[in-house]
Amino acid sequence: MDIFIQQIINGLVLGSIYALVALGYTMVYGIMGLINFAHGEVVMIGALVALSVIKLLANSGLPGVVIVLIGLMAAALVCMAVGFAIERVAYRPLRKAPKLAPLITAIGVSIVLQNLAMLIWGRNYHAFPPILPNGEHEILGATITSVQIAIIIIAAAMMGGLILLINRTRLGRAMRATAENPGIAQLMGVNINQIISLTFVIGSALAAVAGLMVSANYSIAHYYMGFVLGLKAFTAAVLGGIGNLAGAMLGGILLGLIESLGAGYIGDLTGGFFGSNYQDVFAFLVLICVLVFRPSGLVGEKAAERA
Amino acid sequence: MSALLLEAKGVAKHFGGVKALHDVSLSIRKGEIYGLIGPNGAGKTTFFNVLTGLYHPDGGEIVFAGEKLKASAPHEAAARGIARTFQNIRLFANMTARENVMVGRHVRTSAGVMGAVLCDRRTRAEEAAIHRRAEELLYYVGVADRADDLAKHLSYGDQRRLEIARALATDPQLLALDEPAAGMNSTETEGLRRLVEGIRADGITVLLIEHDVKLVMGLCDRVAVLDYGQKISEDVPSIVQKDPRVIEAYLGGAVA
Amino acid sequence: MTLFESLRHNRRAAIGAMLFLGILLAVLPFTVGSMMGNSWLRILDFALLYIMLALGLNIVVGFAGLLDLGYIAFYAVGAYFYALLASPHFGLHLPVWLIIPGGAMLAGLFGIILGAPTLRLRGDYLAIVTLGFGEIVRIFMNNLNAPINITNGPQGISGIDPINMGGVTLAKPIEFVGITIPSLHAYYYLFLGLALLIVFVSIRLEDSRIGRAWVAIREDEIAAKACGINTRNIKLLAFAMGASFGGVAGGLFAGFQGFVSPESFSLMESVMVLCMVVLGGMGNIPGVILGGILLTLLPEAFRHGAGPVQMALFGKILLDPEALRMLAFGLALIVVMLYRPAGLWPSSTRRREFKGEGA
Repeated sequence: MDIFIQQIINGLVLGSIYALVALGYTMVYGIMGLINFAHGEVVMIGALVALSVIKLLANSGLPGVVIVLIGLMAAALVCMAVGFAIERVAYRPLRKAPKLAPLITAIGVSIVLQNLAMLIWGRNYHAFPPILPNGEHEILGATITSVQIAIIIIAAAMMGGLILLINRTRLGRAMRATAENPGIAQLMGVNINQIISLTFVIGSALAAVAGLMVSANYSIAHYYMGFVLGLKAFTAAVLGGIGNLAGAMLGGILLGLIESLGAGYIGDLTGGFFGSNYQDVFAFLVLICVLVFRPSGLVGEKAAERA
Repeated sequence: MSALLLEAKGVAKHFGGVKALHDVSLSIRKGEIYGLIGPNGAGKTTFFNVLTGLYHPDGGEIVFAGEKLKASAPHEAAARGIARTFQNIRLFANMTARENVMVGRHVRTSAGVMGAVLCDRRTRAEEAAIHRRAEELLYYVGVADRADDLAKHLSYGDQRRLEIARALATDPQLLALDEPAAGMNSTETEGLRRLVEGIRADGITVLLIEHDVKLVMGLCDRVAVLDYGQKISEDVPSIVQKDPRVIEAYLGGAVA
Repeated sequence: MTLFESLRHNRRAAIGAMLFLGILLAVLPFTVGSMMGNSWLRILDFALLYIMLALGLNIVVGFAGLLDLGYIAFYAVGAYFYALLASPHFGLHLPVWLIIPGGAMLAGLFGIILGAPTLRLRGDYLAIVTLGFGEIVRIFMNNLNAPINITNGPQGISGIDPINMGGVTLAKPIEFVGITIPSLHAYYYLFLGLALLIVFVSIRLEDSRIGRAWVAIREDEIAAKACGINTRNIKLLAFAMGASFGGVAGGLFAGFQGFVSPESFSLMESVMVLCMVVLGGMGNIPGVILGGILLTLLPEAFRHGAGPVQMALFGKILLDPEALRMLAFGLALIVVMLYRPAGLWPSSTRRREFKGEGA
């Protein structure tokens, strides 16, 4: 029983992170109908920038939480700049080009970011310095760390904030209008270039937060971490119904749960034939099943025909 | 009275709660030009899509040349002898006009990978026949001089004609034209009318959806009128024109 | 009219050009081998393998317009098929003439199996699903070493039999009418022969009923259906053909390299092959070949050059040459797509299309 609860907790933490990254994919898709393949790399940049700043300040005597917040601010700023630049350089000039062109530039951007990161931070794994209070709490026979609790709360708060932003503000209304019909939105006086830039910037800020969370929770960051994380977050976005904010959150949490429960029980289910090293297969299988059988996702409205 | 080529029996199609087609029955005789008209949204194109296998009907069946049509299998509809054009022209934009027509021959030819690679005598003969037929059809519809231009660079009227040539390339028994005169000026429409009459003279039955009532009434042997997914009238043009339900459908709502 | 098109119309010039090209290709390994050494000769052999892969993917992406990001899985199938049936791993040593065609057929079958569920998908979605399939295949290669050891996991399979034709192994220099053909040269000629065969098959297919059906599906699937094309079968045929080319290349790779491991079949390899197709000029066979050559040679040149240049300039290696190479590759992808979205050598109809729109 406690293993079950433990996997649920792990799944929720993982899922919160996926959800934050998935929001970035889904926002961009909702507005431009384009999959931002480079989004995973933005998460990676966020993690590494935050980690560098935190390492720099680790011995400064400031309280751990303050250091992490400073690291987060730095990461968010860098990621927002990167997100802005990606859209400007790789997507905007190709807005009217055939679908394949922005896909290739996105792959190009991913490769560039990954290798820039490799040049800056090297090939090594970077450990997260132990500056956060790492209390462990017992829940129903399972343990949850303070960091994990923080991750879940912060992720929930950020998602709530985003929903308010989209549904309650002028900016959010402009974003929804652009997603609905860019041409008409423009006629109504919405500066769609600005809205698209802002979408990338907001998505990138969320990615920075997610990046920090990954490195804090798993105590590690690496120039190659963005790829698989990005792919899984994308899966989450598709699972929920790409283009749909609530769907991305739901999809993220669900995928986190599926993965950790799957990894926890696959050995038992297959009589030991498959082990937890097949964890990554779940994400891909879920992705393929959703796309093949229900391309509009769990709560989505748009069909795959659109792509 | 000639034999029936196509008989639709109680065809129904709905999208969610909207009944796009409701119990539509109609019959088309061999060799006639049959018009299908109705106000916007009456279900004409939906009927076309069911007929040509793009939509799966929710009820009813269609009997074509004595045999029941398999639902939702567009390539089989083409193989059985139903060819169509589209309301908003769907050519292979980045292929030449000639290649577009050649694709139309696909269903009447059989070369496979081995044939293509080995290029044996049979394949070469088949390929030559495809070229010849494409050439003939391009002449027939009057776009031979644009044969090597990309379809998307053709003028609007030429694109409409090319689409008809491509449909004819499948050797149809029934040619279904979805608003072929849309966007044409009167000279082009006149050319189209002659083209359609020529096609009928060659023994191909024509089903025509059209907004241009004058064209339909002048060209068609019989006309069916759809309104809100139901057939409200079916007869020769002169009678349909006077049918109060038809007048009501076209003018009623708006005037009253 | 370009050189290439004028050759099409002038038979004698075409024969002359073919002869010239033939001699060039025949002496190329000797020139490269003596001037630039064996490492470049190996790269040349790999360029030929990549050309085969690029031409295979070109059928799927370029002709049929189905964006496949997991194509390398078929290369893997061919390579592992060879590795398992001709190595000490299972103690099997089947002959080449059986396993290369067998690998091609198995890869083709995989193409159909992986293609079938994706038939309704297009564009980005198809790309993601195929990417997922590619990764799944790789994860299985990585993990199928327990409880039954099939793939030997991340360590891969080594000691694979070299390609052996009629009792003559290509792993050692071959004496042939008084001339000694070194191993790398022999592989070059074998790969060249098969690459030419694949080029030939591609050209024949392009200009056939099947090729036209592929392009028709790429252009407008619904119209293609209305023309009587069984889009399901024709798409599966594209997947199978493309995959079988990949399977051939994979088998050759295993025999040539003597070693296979999951690492050789990462997503990056799929991306690389896709980029060869797109950068070269999707759907245009000479363009795709050009893409294959450029993207094999240029990064290698960069890798070989980046170290020494840094040494000369700064006296030490400041930046990881591998990272620099990939950085240049990524930037090249972006720049080419921004300025030549149809690729470096697009097909003549496409070129016309761009002119037409400019006018």
